[in-house]
Amino acid sequence: MNSAEQTQRTLVIMPAWNESEAIGNTIREVFEFGPACDVLVVDDGSRDSTAQVARDAGALVVQLPFNMGVGGAMRTGFKYAKMHGYTQVIQVDSDGQHDPRDIKSVLDGLREADIVIGARFADKGTYTVRGPRKWAMNVLAWTISRIAGTRLTDVTSGFRAANAKAIRQYVDHYPAEYLGDTIDSLVVAIRSGCTVRQVGVSMRERQGGTPSHDPIKAAVYLGRSAFALLFALTRKKNEPSSN
Amino acid sequence: MATLVGFIFVLVILLVIFELLRRRHLREKYAVLWIVIGIGLLVLVAFPQLLFWASGILGVQVPSNLLFAMALLLLVLVCLHLSFEQSQAEDEIRVLAEEVGILRLKMLEMEARQLELRTKPLEQSRRPGNPPETAA
Repeated sequence: MNSAEQTQRTLVIMPAWNESEAIGNTIREVFEFGPACDVLVVDDGSRDSTAQVARDAGALVVQLPFNMGVGGAMRTGFKYAKMHGYTQVIQVDSDGQHDPRDIKSVLDGLREADIVIGARFADKGTYTVRGPRKWAMNVLAWTISRIAGTRLTDVTSGFRAANAKAIRQYVDHYPAEYLGDTIDSLVVAIRSGCTVRQVGVSMRERQGGTPSHDPIKAAVYLGRSAFALLFALTRKKNEPSSN
Repeated sequence: MATLVGFIFVLVILLVIFELLRRRHLREKYAVLWIVIGIGLLVLVAFPQLLFWASGILGVQVPSNLLFAMALLLLVLVCLHLSFEQSQAEDEIRVLAEEVGILRLKMLEMEARQLELRTKPLEQSRRPGNPPETAA
């Protein structure tokens, strides 16, 4: 993979659901501050003008006929990447909380691993969470670090890159369940022989929409993530298909 | 009398299943289950002694309880089966939706390229403009 550094084709995948407020800016920033790449917006059944805004900003837009969640949107993105021969993809949030300036450093991590996670707590930036949500994240991070054999501090981050091998693995086995896009997909990929590492990134305020800090929601989140982890761990090993 | 009513009832259900199958409103893989259940009931209605005999062997004191227990078990299994089929169907729908999304993007790109070719360009824009939205 290192020898082909020049011929890397990069796809930025942005799952978006009713993000017309922020997505235009995010895309323009990616083109401005990110490396040379195509941007694919997967419009997950939005009811606003997300698709139009994204197209105007110069992105490719796949419009899903109904809402399938981040997992479903990412599956679509990976499928597109595989169909069109992209060699590396990176998932970026459409609400602008991932800094496009970090895209390059996350992609650079692909030289040493198949999957790279842009981690929000790795001594950079000011992102904090508290309470049950934080405990859940810690437990998850600890467990998955053990499986991956490397220290991961932020396994629920949606800022992650994948190389060709991981894309193939994802297309076959990316789960569309709730939280499947973060925990399940990671565990399955690791057990199929993909290597993971993390890169510290700074996290910004969302440019639009509201974050959720409801304690009940946090508790539900904890339960569902434990559930997701349990299933991920008991699943069979899968070999990534060879195209 | 009760036997006769039961007999007619089961017969009607079997006929309905047969008719649904014939009109292809019911897939064969679901129908098999119901036909088997129907025939089982028919046998039971014809020879109620079978129920007494079975409950004697299994140690169930009131034969009708055996009937209820079996009915419950059967319904639970049928529900489980339907949930399973439903999940599979949802999965297939999801895959189709993904494909449709990607195909729609491809189609828009091709339309844009064709438009570009036809109105050989004053402006040299590489990116597809805003092709007309296709109805979903």
